[in-house]
Amino acid sequence: MAIDRAQVRHVARLARLRLSAAEEELYAAQLGAVLGYLERLAAVDVSSVEPLSFAGDEGSSLREDVARSGLSREQALAAAPQHDAQAFVVPRIIE
Amino acid sequence: MVSGLGEVAAGLSKGALQPSELLEACLTRIAALDDKLHAFLRLTERTARAAAKAADLRRAARQPLSAIDGVPIALKDNFCMEGVETTCGSRILQGYVPPYDATAVARLEAAGAVIVGKLNMDEFAMGSSTENSAFGPTRNPWDLSRTPGGSSGGSAAAVAAGLVPGALGTDTGGSIRQPASLCGCVGLKPTYGRVSRYGVIAFASSLDQVGPLAPDVQGVALLLQSIAGQDERDQTSSARPVPSYGELLEKSVRGLTIGVPKELFAEGLDGQVERAVRAAMARLEEDGCTLKPISLPNAPHAIAAYYLVATAEASSNLARYDGVRFGHRAQADSLLEMYQATRAEGFGAEVKRRIMLGTYALSAGYYDAYYLRAQKVRTLIRRDFEQAFAAGVDAVVSPTCPTTAFRLGEKSGEPLAMYLSDVYTVPANLAGLPGISVPCGFDQGGLPIGVQLVGRPFDEGTLLRLARAAERGREQRTPEGF
Repeated sequence: MAIDRAQVRHVARLARLRLSAAEEELYAAQLGAVLGYLERLAAVDVSSVEPLSFAGDEGSSLREDVARSGLSREQALAAAPQHDAQAFVVPRIIE
Repeated sequence: MVSGLGEVAAGLSKGALQPSELLEACLTRIAALDDKLHAFLRLTERTARAAAKAADLRRAARQPLSAIDGVPIALKDNFCMEGVETTCGSRILQGYVPPYDATAVARLEAAGAVIVGKLNMDEFAMGSSTENSAFGPTRNPWDLSRTPGGSSGGSAAAVAAGLVPGALGTDTGGSIRQPASLCGCVGLKPTYGRVSRYGVIAFASSLDQVGPLAPDVQGVALLLQSIAGQDERDQTSSARPVPSYGELLEKSVRGLTIGVPKELFAEGLDGQVERAVRAAMARLEEDGCTLKPISLPNAPHAIAAYYLVATAEASSNLARYDGVRFGHRAQADSLLEMYQATRAEGFGAEVKRRIMLGTYALSAGYYDAYYLRAQKVRTLIRRDFEQAFAAGVDAVVSPTCPTTAFRLGEKSGEPLAMYLSDVYTVPANLAGLPGISVPCGFDQGGLPIGVQLVGRPFDEGTLLRLARAAERGREQRTPEGF
């Protein structure tokens, strides 16, 4: 299945990935080959089959809704590339 | 030389070994030998020595916290450990120091295990050779020109080379079992939900599972015992009680039925691998098991379904690497450019490829044809196993991998060829079932071969029993130079 560079650019934009021209070329070819292989699923009869999204155990269990302490603000901010005393800092998004 | 984890635990129990001595022996071997392998990304010597000293006192007082109190264990680098850099094999997380422990790590520590360091892996566990690590590949102790498999390649190489008696890995499509097979050690992927995933860096959340690697089946059982069980921090962890694996291990395998699926002994299987696996099956038959031909008609679709489900989940899980809260950030003037440049600089080629594939599979117009269809095929694959178990099969046997270890670089330019090396391991992940790989022989080049057993949900006990029987008759060798 052929994937062209315009499609690669569109998907890369959805995925917030900047690709070089060489990467676009490479991924167009490689994704095309992998999608070609994945096409085989089209031949499987799945009419009347429910999707399995999760192979887990019997129903989910939820714990009591009680407040408890988590990470402190200092701990939560410690690994951020840029932060001030109370928040993550990002490039300005509102002029 | 560190022997099996079971023997190490017995030595500690008798007082013949001391935790600190054992740790120093491991650190000495790592210092002498790991330059050849590059299994470790970093050591935690200071905290390990303190933990070993504390274990010395408990052992001397005959008050161990558990059977593995004082046993040195290493972790794949996708387990968060408070205060210890955790990279997941990725440049985007280089320098990241988590503020908390993964539950599996906390449980090992609560059992007295001594955490020695963090092990190399394919970036974000995406790969089957450990060549996708941003920090360079790991090599196979049996042949340094070959890969250890992956993605838990550092874990398998470190255990197989006797650098540590046990390690934790994670398995999303075979990432514990495949490297265990290629390196000649035992690797167990428990049932989905048996071990908490809290604090384990996510790849594909409906498939990821934590599990142990050790030289011996008993070692794997001891590690599983200490990490299994419900965790309120992982909503998908199961409330089912954890049995005593050590007791189940010693039970006879007589009367068990082993399903032999024709689809997993088909094209692409190396002749020498098949002979070794069939010899292991014959030994189980001699021990009183019945071999029963079965069919898993949808197993041949597993790789295709897996690469859609896994990449779709990965593309959404990896959206969190945006340069805001942790990890690498690229300098840029706008937020969008910052995201795009951060991710372009931080992720390696295979991770980008899988994010692209997953994003494509989830994008408007393709969702039904790819992702939804893959989830339906997943139902069919699980149904195949359920039918086999309903017909009296206790475990399904197959090779773990179609070949022995491949050379570095042999498949790195061909994503599809690399994906196909997971053909026998992926069905268990899609169906959520436990699977174990046990060494069962060597090819003519002296490379190890593994046999895989896949069991009923939460029936790790039967798998460990069978694995224990299968390892008894095998030829034991040590990799030269280790």
